[in-house]
Amino acid sequence: MPDSHHPEKSSESIAPTGSGGAMGLATSEAETLEREPAPGRPRSLWSDAWRDLRRNPVFIISTLIILFLITIAIWPKLIASGNPLACDITKSQDGAAPGHPFGFDIQGCDVYTRTVYGARASVTVGVCATGGAALLGSVLGGLAGYFGGWWDALLSRISDVFFGIPIVLGGLVFLSVVTNTTVWPVIGFIVLLGWPQIGRIARGAVITAKQNDYVQAARALGASGPRILLRHIAPNAIAPVIVVATIALGTYIALEATLSFLGVGLRPPTVSWGIDISSASIQIRNAPHMLLWPAGALSLTVLAFIMLGEAIRDALDPRLR
Amino acid sequence: MGHYVIRRLLQMIPVFIGSTFLIFFMVYALGDPVAALFGDRAPDPAVAAQIRKDLYLDHPLGAQYVHYMSQVFAGNFGTAFNGQAVTALMGSAFPVTLRLTLVAIVFEAVIGIMLGVVSGLRRGRTVDTSVLLLTLIVVSVPTFVSGYVLQYLFGVKWELVNPSVSFAAPIDQLILPGLVLALVSLAYVTRLTRTSIAENARADYVRTAIAKGLPRGRVIRRHLLRNSLIPVVTFIGTDIGALMGGAIVTERIFNIHGVGYQLYQGILRQNSPTVVGFVTILVIVFLMANLLVDLLYALLDPRIRYA
Amino acid sequence: MRGFGRVACAACAVMGVVVAAVGCGGGAGIGGPGIVRASWGDPQNPLEPANTNEVQGGKVLDMIFRGLKKYDPRTGATNNWIADSITSSDQQNFTVKLKPGWKFSNGEPVTAHSFVDAWNYGALVTDKQLNAPFFSYIDGYDQVHPASGVPTARAMSGLRIKDNRTFTVRLSQKFSTWPDTLGYSAFYPLPRVFFTDHSGWLKKPVGNGPYKITSYTRGAVMSLRTWDGYHGPDAVRNKGVDLVVYTDNNTAYTDLQAGNLDLVDDIPVTQLKNVDKDLGGRYINEPAGVIQTITFPMYDAKWGGATMDKVRRGISMAIDRAAITAKIFQNTRTPATDWTSPVLGAKGGYLAGLCGDACTYNPAMAKSLIQQGGGLPGGRMTIGYNADAGSHKEWVDAVCNSINNALGNGTACLGAPVGTFADFRRQITAKTETQPFRSGWQMDYPLIQDFLQPLYYTDGSSNDAHFSNADFDKLVDRANSESHPALAVTDFQNAEKILAQQMPAIPLWYQHGSAGYSSNISNVMLNQFSVPVYNEIAVRSP
Repeated sequence: MPDSHHPEKSSESIAPTGSGGAMGLATSEAETLEREPAPGRPRSLWSDAWRDLRRNPVFIISTLIILFLITIAIWPKLIASGNPLACDITKSQDGAAPGHPFGFDIQGCDVYTRTVYGARASVTVGVCATGGAALLGSVLGGLAGYFGGWWDALLSRISDVFFGIPIVLGGLVFLSVVTNTTVWPVIGFIVLLGWPQIGRIARGAVITAKQNDYVQAARALGASGPRILLRHIAPNAIAPVIVVATIALGTYIALEATLSFLGVGLRPPTVSWGIDISSASIQIRNAPHMLLWPAGALSLTVLAFIMLGEAIRDALDPRLR
Repeated sequence: MGHYVIRRLLQMIPVFIGSTFLIFFMVYALGDPVAALFGDRAPDPAVAAQIRKDLYLDHPLGAQYVHYMSQVFAGNFGTAFNGQAVTALMGSAFPVTLRLTLVAIVFEAVIGIMLGVVSGLRRGRTVDTSVLLLTLIVVSVPTFVSGYVLQYLFGVKWELVNPSVSFAAPIDQLILPGLVLALVSLAYVTRLTRTSIAENARADYVRTAIAKGLPRGRVIRRHLLRNSLIPVVTFIGTDIGALMGGAIVTERIFNIHGVGYQLYQGILRQNSPTVVGFVTILVIVFLMANLLVDLLYALLDPRIRYA
Repeated sequence: MRGFGRVACAACAVMGVVVAAVGCGGGAGIGGPGIVRASWGDPQNPLEPANTNEVQGGKVLDMIFRGLKKYDPRTGATNNWIADSITSSDQQNFTVKLKPGWKFSNGEPVTAHSFVDAWNYGALVTDKQLNAPFFSYIDGYDQVHPASGVPTARAMSGLRIKDNRTFTVRLSQKFSTWPDTLGYSAFYPLPRVFFTDHSGWLKKPVGNGPYKITSYTRGAVMSLRTWDGYHGPDAVRNKGVDLVVYTDNNTAYTDLQAGNLDLVDDIPVTQLKNVDKDLGGRYINEPAGVIQTITFPMYDAKWGGATMDKVRRGISMAIDRAAITAKIFQNTRTPATDWTSPVLGAKGGYLAGLCGDACTYNPAMAKSLIQQGGGLPGGRMTIGYNADAGSHKEWVDAVCNSINNALGNGTACLGAPVGTFADFRRQITAKTETQPFRSGWQMDYPLIQDFLQPLYYTDGSSNDAHFSNADFDKLVDRANSESHPALAVTDFQNAEKILAQQMPAIPLWYQHGSAGYSSNISNVMLNQFSVPVYNEIAVRSP
């Protein structure tokens, strides 16, 4: 029997084994979908994956949520008519009122409006910082893992030094020189501090994946280095990177709040979930509703990306075919 | 393997020099620490000049660094601004933080892997969805809130533990802070384990093992888990840094005078001896942790060899 | 599959080594019969009297030292303590006579030398004492503390010892209320051992007050016990105080709720809504000698311009102090109507409403005044604050919202955080801050002079605004040379009226001290510096 790890033989369908059969978050529908018969020539892994994705309800739901988030990030006025900066201190920490379904925060601003308007900064920070860190981390980590030796020593030791830089110190040094209110310095800083962790994960995954028989076989057949990395190792090493990146997305959005708390992150008039979560945190005993909504929005975002990551990972995993 | 370890240990030298200089430069870039000593009052220029002279702050950056390093090699890590020796500060902070980190890692490893295995084997079932929900809560609720709420519930409401940790910080007092500290990492470990398990559950060797008629528990422990642990072990290795140096919030909430707290104080007061000393030790800890992780790779996957 | 077992073994071995290496600490017990367990923060500087300029170190000094004068925590009056009399005929030359019988806790008598030596130590520039400027009124200060270069003398020529219990002080200018400044900790006496065994003294300071330090673990706990040899007029009603260092006042509050602590003298603002429920009335909220202000950079052409006084007053009128103190501070601040503090009392110079309309919330008037003055420079302003301490963000944002609402522009005023206090102070000192910034003043001694001269007198030691007004300076000079305190107060208040017109700094609110305590202790009180009066605290016998 051919090696089922081999991505090129991916059209082979494996019956669920034991209790590990159910898949996805909501249902195991994807698994029960009818498989198309394999065409004459081997399809590429990536087009295979895309075919699978389009039919995966987990993928569809998560994409819809993400599209929704992006839409309100661009046009918050679509669902919020108020002004996030119009605050009346006399309503400080008041609960829900007509026209203000989520109540008011400590400054007397409308929590609903701020939650909607906060999407722009937070989703931008979360997606761009995660994307940047994941890209940089998986490229550098992947190279370190694949080539080993001096490459590995150099890249790994550089990341050791980055691990050692305390966020507080790095933030104060790198961000205090920037006084504008855009999200980009913050994103750049998070990428700078975030890539070593993803890099380390990618490196470990590549080290494991390159031991597989099919990689040795491809190498023996004379496949080029980049081809082996992209077509054989990447699909098998990507799962842990996706997992870490999807959770990091949430922690990066929260990290933005830490930077704001330190006085070097986003500042008014920028509105973000992170800032609102951190100012709600200290009021947790008095006004939990202040925390609930921005934190809920953050949860929804993380959930959407975890689902998306799950769907992509499943689509790329030949053993699930 | 011996050669490999020696080579890795030798790599510490350039990392040590590079990171001390980098951190030294960063603290220098923060600006003049003397201004803050005077509180809201304008600094007395004569006293400020005298303090700068005594702290060697009136020299250029390069000279300051050389001076500092020559002191370090003589065993003198300098003094913090309250007059305490940095070595004394490290002596009291590192053991406490090491204990706290240890508790957190045990939580992270034991609970995280357990939940990950269960939800990985039962994908899509209730238990999997509940674990996902927990993950979402842990990621979106700040440590400050989870720490404060747990401290209030366990310490004040139910009177099960002391809300704050005494200065000696024995391990039993560190269980609750350790759990709080581990929460976010727990989410990572759980998801990583779950994914690996789900992926490997379909591998040939697992099917073979089951076909051989081995008991299910044995297959999970010996075959499945072992092959799924590499990403998890890697993550825990990278997490030691966040746990040891970044526990600022947890340490504050539970009154732990550990590395995160002292480092934060050192940074706010721009006291380079404190910051450089602490960070240097932290970098050495990461180097050791990562070496250990790389050696564990070889144990977990015998195909991986180090020359 | 033996490998997995090996991994497990390796992991166990590593854990074992780590556990063995770090060991397990034993619990250091605090408290005991008659002992008050109180929250504390790490002092920021070595505990020398002339080197302690913050409240945590000051707490300890006030327990282990007594000075020439002491401020009554109830009335705020300045009373002779070790001083038998301090007299002057010209407001410039003073004769200090000491009471007999005072001793340091190591048995050494307190003499004129104890004071003169301590003050000379505090002033000498090479001793790098942060509070050295407090001695700057004494003649000869410039010789021991030149602005640059090496000192040409080691002792101030203005200090003369007459005999063991008498010394004279010559000031470099007239300063009628100078004796009233002598209750401040920088003026405490020091025993010989401070000079002969300095490092030993720093580890365990020796003083002449009602308490002595029995043990001190840096960064953790300080045990103070009553000293039997203390015979001062203020009785001690407990057996001692254990000061426990907390990383966060919220944690201290939680420990108070859990019964592990008796006294927290800094209740977190966010818990103030719950104090009644949590502590059942064992809570104090009293004004202290602290005023919060927003200072304008008068050195900046934009803000110091000729018509800008209208803009500055307009901004002051746009701030809804009452709502902010109620909602953000839960009434632990009182809206300010002058530049001093209620703890001074009417006799001491506090005059409610002195600021008049300029400190009264009136958004319509505010808007028109700002427009008359030419509007905000560049149409916008920021309020600078340091993000690393206190909860400045909340109130700065609230102040800005209030200004924005008055002006009808949501982004006219924005908070501008600076990462560290050091950087914040650096920008102010170097005059690179070109926008208004937050400022606070904690009095050193309960004198109206301390609220005005250092802050607004030309080139005053803390004149961050770099405000300079000849009329103001003239009135302050006249006040300092008045022979009668009441006349001096009137002069100072007239000077203050110039501030109401020029508004170099907006008075926001008077800060209160707040404290919560357990049912183990009673008779808890805060003095005018918001520090608990420890010696008055009674402990319930178990």
